[in-house]
Amino acid sequence: MSERRETDADDHGVVTFPPERPLRLDSGAQIEGLEIAYRTFGRLNADRTNAILVCHALTLDQHVAGAHPVSGKPGWWQGMVGAGLPLDPDRHFIICSNVVGGCMGSTGPSSINPATDKPWGLAFPVVTIADMVRAQAMLVEALGIERLFAVIGGSMGGMQVLQWAVDYPERLFAAVCIAAAARHSAQNIAFHEVGRQAIMADPDWRGGAYAELGARPEKGLAVARMAAHITYLSETALQRKFGRELQRDGLSWGFDADFQVESYLRHQGAAFVDRFDANSYLYITRAMDYFDLSGAHAEGLAAALGRARDVRFCVVSFSSDWLYPTGESQGIVRALNAAGARVSFVEIESDRGHDAFLLDEPVLRAVLAGFLESAALVWGAA
Amino acid sequence: MSEVPIRPDFEEILRLVRPGSRVLDVGCGEGDLLELLTRRKGVDGRGLEISAGGVSACLARGLAVMQGDADRDLDYFPAGAFDYVILSQTLQAVLRPRHVLGELLRIGERAIVSLPNFGHWRVRLDLLLHGRMPMTAALPEPWWATSNIHLCTMGDFTGLCADMGLAIDACAAFAGGGQARAVEPNRRLENLRAETALFLLRRRVQPSAAGGPPGP
Repeated sequence: MSERRETDADDHGVVTFPPERPLRLDSGAQIEGLEIAYRTFGRLNADRTNAILVCHALTLDQHVAGAHPVSGKPGWWQGMVGAGLPLDPDRHFIICSNVVGGCMGSTGPSSINPATDKPWGLAFPVVTIADMVRAQAMLVEALGIERLFAVIGGSMGGMQVLQWAVDYPERLFAAVCIAAAARHSAQNIAFHEVGRQAIMADPDWRGGAYAELGARPEKGLAVARMAAHITYLSETALQRKFGRELQRDGLSWGFDADFQVESYLRHQGAAFVDRFDANSYLYITRAMDYFDLSGAHAEGLAAALGRARDVRFCVVSFSSDWLYPTGESQGIVRALNAAGARVSFVEIESDRGHDAFLLDEPVLRAVLAGFLESAALVWGAA
Repeated sequence: MSEVPIRPDFEEILRLVRPGSRVLDVGCGEGDLLELLTRRKGVDGRGLEISAGGVSACLARGLAVMQGDADRDLDYFPAGAFDYVILSQTLQAVLRPRHVLGELLRIGERAIVSLPNFGHWRVRLDLLLHGRMPMTAALPEPWWATSNIHLCTMGDFTGLCADMGLAIDACAAFAGGGQARAVEPNRRLENLRAETALFLLRRRVQPSAAGGPPGP
């Protein structure tokens, strides 16, 4: 470990793995000198039985709670991680790491390629959800944890949770998969392709080599974010928030942001480019598109999840999430039942779309708290 | 700790279920029975519940419950996954009672099923005297508001069990909020006296191996 700041409750650092311990990727390539940036909350107990890994979504990062070092904003799951909350640093040792391919300190396309001393750009190998999970498993091992109490995540984080349960069933006790799917649908892939094409159509993308050429494809990345952001909301939520409200009195009779919803989306796009790397967006969306848990198993999802039959699952969906609709979670639940796993499942009523898992959602909090508490009772007795 | 009195049908289920067994409660509501079974009988309990509110309440209590529908979601469980599958006051509200009953005894070694008895004397009298759909303690809603779409009498139910090759290992009758009374399920008198009835069922013959769940 090159850098590890041992403060008490809130620790962050980067683990650098030696070149002789490369990350072997699904593509056949490998990453030498892998770096994984992470943040932890709470303390690992003497038995090392209170560790919870949180897996982040597409554009999020390891700053699940506490202030974000770049934006200064509170962590992305501030309502779920903290004293008295379901993930409680007073009881749990909470770990969240930036995925491989990301841009918040873990090795990704904006890292320096040791072979060229330049940013990787498109020379960075394509990574998968399983590769992200393999890197997390290396980190968890480096932190001295043999078995995690729980792995928890929403959206892409939920995909990682499923992958964890299939690839390392003996290394986790409980799994919480929120607003996710066991494979990317044609519609999911289609929206991601719009985003990628927007980035690659920006002249400043420069074939992916913008970093070494001193450019930034901000326009393309902003458009990608705007399109994606719509998929995170619901029609009801958009209508309620903006309706046809105008920014100013009257129409501009031009193409300014007349409508409040246009201005909102432009703001979302502009804010995003300050904190995210365009190539990371390409790589991570690709990883999600390639995700198909049953793909490797001829007998389907139940066969894939059969390996995870001893893991205690909690699956959650939201009624207005049309990006990863309830049917996707039901497919996971049915496969887990067929595999004989112990699974809880609830579709939470919400009109806030896919983003509901990140927002203040008292039902999700109660469900998560109840699930973790009962799991802890059994885990403690085991 | 002082306890609220337990519903007589729950009391009877607690009596029937073997300690430490695997139990699925179909239509588990907010998990009152599951919690009792877990606490008193140390069962490995799971629930299936159609309402999000019920499921959330169960999960917040630490119970393992899935949101789902008895008509469709039982199909996805493997055969013999549970020692007991409980269906309390719900069979009359499902779309395909015969299919559901068959599924209960595919995924469970035994099933515990309770029903409002449409053969109860008060029901018969109500219909005879007034010519209207009966409203009783066990059937409190008017015909246009009830979710009961497949009401039957004890006689109807025991007939279906015979038809499906199911053995009735125990039968209890309830009336007037009183305690369970062990009864002979095929006696015509009981079909008059029982307001609700509870049955412990078992398959007479093992189902063929081909009866497994469809792939999801």
